[in-house]
Amino acid sequence: MIADTTTAVGWSREEMAARAAQDIPDGSYVNLGIGIPELVAKLVPEGRIFIYHTENGLLGMGPPPAPGEEDPELINAGKRAVTTIPGASFFHHADSFAMIRGGHIDVCVLGAMQVAANGDLANWSTGEPKAIPAVGGAMDLVAGVETIFVITKHVTKSGEPKLVEECTYPLTGRGVVSRIYTDLAVIDVTAEGFKLLELAPGVTEEEVHQKTGAPLL
Amino acid sequence: MINKAVGSVEEAVSFITDGAVLMIGGFGEVGSPIELIHALIDQGTKNLTAINNNTGNGEVGLAALIGNGQVSKMICSYPRSSHSKVFPELYKAGEIELELVPQGTLAERIRAGGAGIPGFYTPSSVGTPLAEGKEVREFDGRQYVMERGLKADFALIKCEVADRMGNLTYNKTARNFSPLMCMAAETTIVQARYIVEPGEIDPEHVVTPGIFVDHIVQVAEPVIESQLIAAGRSYP
Repeated sequence: MIADTTTAVGWSREEMAARAAQDIPDGSYVNLGIGIPELVAKLVPEGRIFIYHTENGLLGMGPPPAPGEEDPELINAGKRAVTTIPGASFFHHADSFAMIRGGHIDVCVLGAMQVAANGDLANWSTGEPKAIPAVGGAMDLVAGVETIFVITKHVTKSGEPKLVEECTYPLTGRGVVSRIYTDLAVIDVTAEGFKLLELAPGVTEEEVHQKTGAPLL
Repeated sequence: MINKAVGSVEEAVSFITDGAVLMIGGFGEVGSPIELIHALIDQGTKNLTAINNNTGNGEVGLAALIGNGQVSKMICSYPRSSHSKVFPELYKAGEIELELVPQGTLAERIRAGGAGIPGFYTPSSVGTPLAEGKEVREFDGRQYVMERGLKADFALIKCEVADRMGNLTYNKTARNFSPLMCMAAETTIVQARYIVEPGEIDPEHVVTPGIFVDHIVQVAEPVIESQLIAAGRSYP
């Protein structure tokens, strides 16, 4: 594997995204959250095509334009310049969220602050009194898209587990997460709780258990 | 002949009065009717409730309207971004009210308001702080929260092409909330890059039918908000 400069063992940001991309079926309609999830689009497995939806009103989103080629009225949900692929369409927000809430988007890949063993997700607010709450489309995505993948570091910067028994941050949705891709492992959310599916290279099962805040099957 | 075109942005916003509920199109700067907003700043209309996905950037456009003390309440889904500082400061100082709404719920509330539907049930936000105090009802074994339709006194909209009857087309992702807001406002005021004669827009291509539009003003070369911010500009 390609060595990452920040972690001696485990998966890099790109490797987490590439691993998640492997689990997305060919031809899926996909919505990617801002940050690491966006990397999925660069790491699509050979032979597969995903159609990208961005909730501000575009289906068939293409890669970022070359410098100087940006169209100020063609952006993604992260407010970055994008392009369209042949066959793309534009629509207003009610149609865009009908695609989401109506179950028409197949897979959504999001970041997380915390994921609980029952699939609860917290990714929009720390709940601190001075923090300005900002939710965007996260609650609609988790409520409407059948398959929610989360890509996240296994622990916070201060070493606290992000996979927990119960979220302490305000929830984005209840019981919504299907699978989690961390720098250490791939973990499924099952009816019985977290289930370890795969270890990143050089990572031991013991380490994953130690850094997970809930039992691991 | 119906002719909804007016001569200036000043005239276009002259209908807006203190205390009005105002929907403003745009997702961030894209689709934001910045010339109409600046005219409203010049007019000095106060105590507005503003409905937009965000709260503006830098010190121009919507952020400048808020910074000028003309907005007492914001209804939005994402009140912060990397270039948003005016709203956060006022919010932290307790000088502006915020109603936070999930983005899809905001869109549907506006759509419902314009479609004569006073309330609806959505799965978004169930079990979260944003559903607190709202009716939750079970349909087919799943929980949904009731949300109210949202109407406004005025909508400020940016479009690409308008004909004199008020039919509109938009440009790419600048469409976002605007067609919904045109429907939900009692009076819809539009700035258009081009104004054409009726019949010049193919009826198959009309995005907002003219029945939802009241006043149109041509702004042939709208400024680009991020360019103003990059140049360190503020308004007024």
